Order: sequence, then C-alpha cells, then structure tokens
Amino acid sequence: MTSLLAIGLIGLLLGLAVAVIFMRNSFGAICAFIAYGLLLTLAWLQLRGVDVALTEAAIGGGLTGALLIGAASRLRASPAVTQPGRTTMALAALAGAGVTAVLALCVLAFPDPAPTLAPEVAANIAVTGVGNAITAVLLAFRSMDTLLEAIVLLLALIGAWSLGPDTSWPGRPGMRQSAPPNGILAYLARLLPPIGVVVAAYIFWNGADEPGGKFQGATILAAMWLLTIAAGLFDVPRVGSRLLRAALVAGPLTFIAVGTFGITSAGAFLGLPEAIAKPLIIVVELALLPSLTLILALLIPGPPQRATTG
Amino acid sequence: MTDATLYALAACALIGLGVFGLIASADPLRKILAFNIVGTGVFLLAGAIARRGAGAGFEADPVLMALLITGIVVAFSATALAVALLVRLSVVAGDVSLAEVLPADDDE
Repeated sequence: MTSLLAIGLIGLLLGLAVAVIFMRNSFGAICAFIAYGLLLTLAWLQLRGVDVALTEAAIGGGLTGALLIGAASRLRASPAVTQPGRTTMALAALAGAGVTAVLALCVLAFPDPAPTLAPEVAANIAVTGVGNAITAVLLAFRSMDTLLEAIVLLLALIGAWSLGPDTSWPGRPGMRQSAPPNGILAYLARLLPPIGVVVAAYIFWNGADEPGGKFQGATILAAMWLLTIAAGLFDVPRVGSRLLRAALVAGPLTFIAVGTFGITSAGAFLGLPEAIAKPLIIVVELALLPSLTLILALLIPGPPQRATTG
Repeated sequence: MTDATLYALAACALIGLGVFGLIASADPLRKILAFNIVGTGVFLLAGAIARRGAGAGFEADPVLMALLITGIVVAFSATALAVALLVRLSVVAGDVSLAEVLPADDDE
C-alpha cells in the first residue's frame, strides 16, 4: 500500500528536480541537485536498497555535488543564458512528455508476478562464503561488471588528466589550496579524518555480510583525503608520480590476476574455486579499495594545472 | 497502488523532466545536471523493478540492486569527465554557452 512517506518524498523529489531544471541561477540548481541526491537516499531505503542508498549518499549526493560546485566556481560567470526559442521549448516539452508517457505505460503494464533472480542468488550464495547478497553479486556472480567498472573509472581519470594543458604536464591537479591554519576548515580536516577512516573501514569490512562494501568505503576515504587537501594540509600528488600510477592500476590488475587464476582453478575467467572463494573475494576487495579511493578523489580536481615545480 | 509502482511512475516523470532540460538548457553545465536527473530516474525505475522482484528471503532483487551500485559509480565517472571537458572548453574558448542565435522577431 502506498505510504504517506513515499508520497511526500516523491513530491519533494519532483519539486527539487523541477528546481534543478528550471532555476535561472546555475549555483542554485546545483544546490537543489545535492539536496535531491540526499533525498533520493531515503527513496532507496524505502525501496529496500540499503547498499544503493549508501552509494547514492556518498557518490550521488556527496562526490557529484563537490564536483559540480568545483566546476561552477571554475567556469567564469557565463553571460546570462538566453532562453531558447519557443520552437525548441515546445519540442523539448513534447520529447519529455512523450518519454514519460511511454515509460509510464510500460510501468503500468509490468508483468505479475515480477521476474526476479532472487531465488537463484539465494540458492547459490552459500558457495561464495559472503553473507551480503549484493557483495556476492558484485564479486562473484557478476564480477565482470565490477572489473569493467573499475577500468571505466580508470579510463575516466585518464581522460580527465589528458585534458590538462601541455605546460602543466605532468604537474599537480587543481589549484594549491590554502585555508587559515586556525580556521574551521583546517580544524575539521584534523578532527574528522580519524573518525572517517574508522567509519570507512567498518563499512568496507562489514560489506561482506551487511550493507556496505568497497565503493562506499572508498568514497568515504576519498572524501576524508579531499578534506585534508581542501584545507591545505596535504597537496595533490603529481600525475607523473610512478608511485601514484602504480597505486591506481594495482586494484584492477589484481582483479585481472585473480580472474586469470580462475581459468586454471575454476575453468573460467573470473571463476572462483569454491574452497577459497571467500579469501579471493577479500583479496580483490582489499586491492580495489585504495585504487578506487585514489581514482574517485582525483576525479574531483581534474586535469593537472600546475607545473612540476609548483 | 504499491510504493514500488508509485516510485516507478515518479521515475518516469523524472526521466521526462531530464530529457526536457537536456534539450532546452543552453548552458552545458545545466545539460550535465539534466543528464544526471535522467540517470537517477533510470536508476530509480530499475530500483522499483528490483523491489517488485523481492522473493526468496530478499526484500529486493539483489542482482539488479548490485548493478545499480555499478551504474551510480559509472555515472559519476562520466559526469566527472564531462565536467573536465567543459572546464577545458571554457579555458580554451571562453564562452561555453550553446544558446542559439535567434532572429530578433522570434524572441518573446
């Protein structure tokens, strides 16, 4: 049955989405988007996707918000955007309404009972040794997706880095940050990371049996690192650093190595021999955590902007 | 009507809103925002489908939910790349607006 909470949440989400699209001020639209991302977390909880809610809160609201605010501040105040012509508006409205109408018809025509893979997961989860079905899917049943996802993240970072001007290659990404040493930012950057690291480690380790895992843990670690960078306590590493590059590819390479080991031990690429499935999953997760943390954090400052001497 | 169906219908509205913004906004940053609204709408629609697939002791289809985590992370990386392209474009070209040049009489 429809709950009042769902109706209220959906009303707020739609209202915020309207604000994101129609607000004249871009910065206001970004703020609305961050609020939208955080409210979406509650919607995910209502849909019983606790792992997705954690990811949405950390990445959808948090990291994407930081990225967009950074972009808005770096883009010089663009001249007042003129409204598109009436024809464009009408066609856009028609396209939007058409897409909504077709999708809504599909939703109302959903088959009953709904198709699901839940019984298959329930029947096979014991083999993997992990208790959280989401982790089992990500690292055993559909590990190819997770491997390719790690590689997509790496490619996005390489793409972003390659947009830096030649003069600053292979320098440091973003501007050198400085904050008043006794200000609230520097204070928080000293106070929060120890707590954040413990929370991230808990969410990472607990992800085997409860909601959580490497993506959520890595995002929290990345946020803590970015906080110390924003406060000027640490600087971003040079993109030319061999150590950094090795750390970035270590996770995906370990994943590929474990996958290749699967060819001989389990008869298929990314296959896991039953006896040591859990240890192998832990090895892959442990290897992916630092690489994902670095990639997620370094996607925020973007391409190198300062020469090596800086 | 169940919560899942209601969320699915809301997701359809979000996707439509995003498609509208994607076409109608002249500012590329707003297009990126609109694209993210489309993305979250698609995720929410899939989430509602996963919720409908509850069974065998799970409150939602775990396979679909796991793929959504992958989707959110990939969407973030695509947004980051798009933002990097946009910032670079503004450095090189100055103005990044995609506003169409209109004949004077078509305005208002």
